[in-house]
Amino acid sequence: MNLLASNIAKGYGGKTILSDCSYSFSNAGTYVLMGPNGCGKSTLLRICSLLERPDAGELLFTDNEKPLSQDIDLRRRITLVLPKTGVFNTTVFNNVAYGLRVRGMDRHAVMEKVGRALDFVGMSHKVKQNARTLSSGESQRLGLARALAINPEILFLDEPTASVDEENTALIESIIHNLKKDGRTMVIMTTHDHDQAARLADTLLFIAEHKITERKK
Amino acid sequence: MDSLLDGFLQAFKLIIHLDQMLFGIILLSLKVSGFALFIATAIGVPAGALLGLKRFPGRDLAISSVNTLMGLPPVVVGLFVYLLLSRKGPLGFMGLLYSPTAMVVAQTILALPIVTALCHSAIVNIDPIIRLSARTLGATPGQETIAVIREARYGILSAVIAAFGRVMAEVGAILIVGGNIAGYTRVMTTTIALETDKGNFELALALGIILLAISFTINSLLHFVQRKGSAPGS
Repeated sequence: MNLLASNIAKGYGGKTILSDCSYSFSNAGTYVLMGPNGCGKSTLLRICSLLERPDAGELLFTDNEKPLSQDIDLRRRITLVLPKTGVFNTTVFNNVAYGLRVRGMDRHAVMEKVGRALDFVGMSHKVKQNARTLSSGESQRLGLARALAINPEILFLDEPTASVDEENTALIESIIHNLKKDGRTMVIMTTHDHDQAARLADTLLFIAEHKITERKK
Repeated sequence: MDSLLDGFLQAFKLIIHLDQMLFGIILLSLKVSGFALFIATAIGVPAGALLGLKRFPGRDLAISSVNTLMGLPPVVVGLFVYLLLSRKGPLGFMGLLYSPTAMVVAQTILALPIVTALCHSAIVNIDPIIRLSARTLGATPGQETIAVIREARYGILSAVIAAFGRVMAEVGAILIVGGNIAGYTRVMTTTIALETDKGNFELALALGIILLAISFTINSLLHFVQRKGSAPGS
């Protein structure tokens, strides 16, 4: 699946955040979006993941060059992991199963996919724990597991390591590396950590003056 | 009655033997309040969710009104239902005045604002990130709503228990619309009022003790539920 953002504009309370912002995300791989605080990285991610509408401009999702309509079916092929995981007050298992259950998946498939996702983020041993008792690093990995369980074609990660310790940062980076090796998921993420960006990015992007630009690594 | 102590002793004897009349009164109390609570919950939880999750014109007014109605004086509700159901009232043709049904109607009116207002407050206290997370994971708007309601489940249960406490302890409204007819509309609170008037303190005390025991159970349950909601995994 490819994503073309054309001339996206967005502002809040009269303040321009993005304007005339265009980019074509067209290869599986990892795009890392950087820029100063408040430059619109998260806003762009939320617009691209269909959580917010732009004030102007257009998003075009295509699959084999066929345009996709922006309905629930498309929304279920992409997902955004928020900087702070909205943990449901239930077990780790039920948290990861949520996205599968809303898709009406049967019990056996749910068990299998949840198991695989938790394994991928190294949290299989926490399956029965109440998710609200997890540390912030574990919560972030839970957020990743929830997203990975639904096999997204585009995975948006908003500051995935902003509030976690070094150990969990390394774990999360290795999860993103493994995703890259699998080569099935396009990852579009934001970070303010230059070293992390250098380690993870196939394509490095910057937002400056409300626009997106590509930088050579 | 010689002394208060004697009254208590007689009361305990009544409770231990639990004669049929006493049992009937307790059962009717639980039935009327339980049924009223069932209706209030069936309407109040969706109404609370609507107030908490949807934006619509007049929403603020609706929230203020529901909060105000939480403090409805029972006798006023009794009077209102009485006028509605009395022979000359708009619903007089149904012949419901002085029946358990009329008592259920009155208690439902008392319980509904409590369930609605406390559910609303439980739901608005859920972090908006829960709804957003559900959306990122592919939930439809309906599924998002269910996710938020499920997250607020402990608060909602507390709302229901609080309303049950209120209707169980209530006397003014059901006395007016039920009429305190022996074996038909006589419940614990109305019996206590009547028997105290008659100087028959043993029965009044016995019922008072049972009412307190029920109230204690409800409050313990409420405390347990609240603790479970605020401290997961503990």
